[in-house]
Amino acid sequence: MIGRLRSFGAFWYDFVVGDDWRVAVGVAGALGVTYAISRTSVPAWWVVPVAVPSLVALSLLRVARKANPASPPAQSPTG
Amino acid sequence: MHAGALFVAVFLACAVEAVEATTIVLAAGTAREWRSTLIGVGAGVLLLAVVVAALGPAVSAIPLHFLRLVVGGLLLVFGLQWLRKAILRASGHKALHDEEAIYAEELAAARAAEARRVGYVDDWYAFTLSFKGVVLEGLEVVFIALTFGSNQHDIPLAAVAAVAAVLVVSAVGAAVRAPLARVPENTMKFAVGVMLASFGTFWGAEGAGARWPGSDAALLVLVPAYALFGIALSVALRRPEPSVAYATEAAPR
Repeated sequence: MIGRLRSFGAFWYDFVVGDDWRVAVGVAGALGVTYAISRTSVPAWWVVPVAVPSLVALSLLRVARKANPASPPAQSPTG
Repeated sequence: MHAGALFVAVFLACAVEAVEATTIVLAAGTAREWRSTLIGVGAGVLLLAVVVAALGPAVSAIPLHFLRLVVGGLLLVFGLQWLRKAILRASGHKALHDEEAIYAEELAAARAAEARRVGYVDDWYAFTLSFKGVVLEGLEVVFIALTFGSNQHDIPLAAVAAVAAVLVVSAVGAAVRAPLARVPENTMKFAVGVMLASFGTFWGAEGAGARWPGSDAALLVLVPAYALFGIALSVALRRPEPSVAYATEAAPR
């Protein structure tokens, strides 16, 4: 039973969060900051468009830094 | 958002998922037997219909601001996953998603498995393989159609786009009886990643209380800006010697 619950949780984690949890946490943080700024008189629309490229670039740079140029590309069991 | 843009966004996203489901169903039917495979497809579609019937009214009942925040956030995370993988593949840091290789792998695994009769299903392996493929890929189709449709107050149009994508891909798959290897899957995934990330940004920020300059017209800036950024990253991260290795993935994603 516990094994089934665990694999059910793992499926939804992979479905929603995917390979890099930092991106999901960053998106949640950016939306939180947007909400906080929107309560003030300062425009808040720019937070997410600034956060998105930063999150993607940081995530990809992490992969690129880890990659060994001599080895073949990593194969993932997910799409 | 224009109705045409809603249709194209949902159609493209659902077509990518349908290509992957078709590959799995074709492998199950070809290697095992078609009756059990098609029963699996039918059972999968039935389960998805129940999910839609349960979630559809529930999604419509959620206040729009909260819906946009949650759905925008989820679409953004989803879109960035797709975009990230597409850039990694385009730059040679990840193996290309090759439907022919996946098909060959599924075929070999299906041929090696033993047949077992359960109830009306002659071949349980063929049934479960096609059922899982349809449900897992179909869940993404349902999610995309429901979220895009509910945010634009046009679930029927989003549903038509999703069904049209599934029908077109299934018809082509049935006609050629081969994996849809010629579909430029990575390019489509890149485009869908850009669209999901753009709409996710727009709706998520709006749901969090932001007001976009130019209202809906902000999407006309977000979409090309994210696309250009993705292309620039693909070029900047490109490996000196791009690999020709392809993934041989067995599991449906």
